Amino acid sequence: MSEANLTMGHGAGVMEERPFAIPSKKLVMWLFIISDACTFGAMLFAYGYLRNASPDWPHHFQTASIVNVAIMTFILVTSSLTMLIGTRAAKAGDKAGALRFTFITVVLGLIFAALHLREWSSMIHEGVSLFHNEWGAPLFGATFFGITGLHLAHVISGAIALTVVALGYKRGRYNSDDIEIWSLYWHFVDLVWMFVVPMIYLLNVAQ
Amino acid sequence: MSAEGSLKTDLMIYVGILALAGVQIFMAYHSPGVIRMLLIAAIQAFLAVMYFMHLRDEQSTLRLALIPATLFVLVMMNMVWADSFRLIQFRSFPK
Repeated sequence: MSEANLTMGHGAGVMEERPFAIPSKKLVMWLFIISDACTFGAMLFAYGYLRNASPDWPHHFQTASIVNVAIMTFILVTSSLTMLIGTRAAKAGDKAGALRFTFITVVLGLIFAALHLREWSSMIHEGVSLFHNEWGAPLFGATFFGITGLHLAHVISGAIALTVVALGYKRGRYNSDDIEIWSLYWHFVDLVWMFVVPMIYLLNVAQ
Repeated sequence: MSAEGSLKTDLMIYVGILALAGVQIFMAYHSPGVIRMLLIAAIQAFLAVMYFMHLRDEQSTLRLALIPATLFVLVMMNMVWADSFRLIQFRSFPK
């Protein structure tokens, strides 16, 4: 009988070492992130494939759109910073600070989503949709709304998840590890946007 | 590293990422290029992963477990380009 069973009683298992010296749930989040990175990578490669294979890919983003994208980028990167500060506060035991900065992150994420939906509305009004494109290659609309829609879904679900985890952390159900794990997800969402912006918007600026 | 020093590092990385985004926007109007844009995006991603996601502070075995496999999958996706060039030239087979 193992020492663990002798000390802890019959049937007690031996605790495994944490993988890579991190909690298992953190490793699971990292594994999800790399799988999601491959998903977005595949979407962007498909976009590049279609753009390269189309002679009439639209270069239609006016300065107003680029300014909007710049503001959205600033908001999302700032939300990453506030999430980082919130995680640091949680690790230091400052519960109030952690909650404050997590909720600021959620608000910034929702502002980003609102700006994005406003841009979508403007494009749909101009005749570009998931199944139609007034500006040239018909698949532009499908790829644009597909990729930005997938990213927007990640932003909104991340905002919901952060809210749930923050409220649970406040009640004592979750701890600082959980705040840190979901901050990884939020930073990933920001990271994806850094690739979406140049590929989708900046390489298709109206000259 | 003190908490204040770490926050200073975070702020510097934050400003750096935004500055790189500004460079990309500038490049969009002056000599845009796919490779240059992606290179800047890759630098931003490196900074975000290492500093914001604290992968720099984790065990090297975790970095080895996550990064090479992911990069390999993404690099292998580049095999689509031959078909993309075939398609635009309406050839029935790649060169």
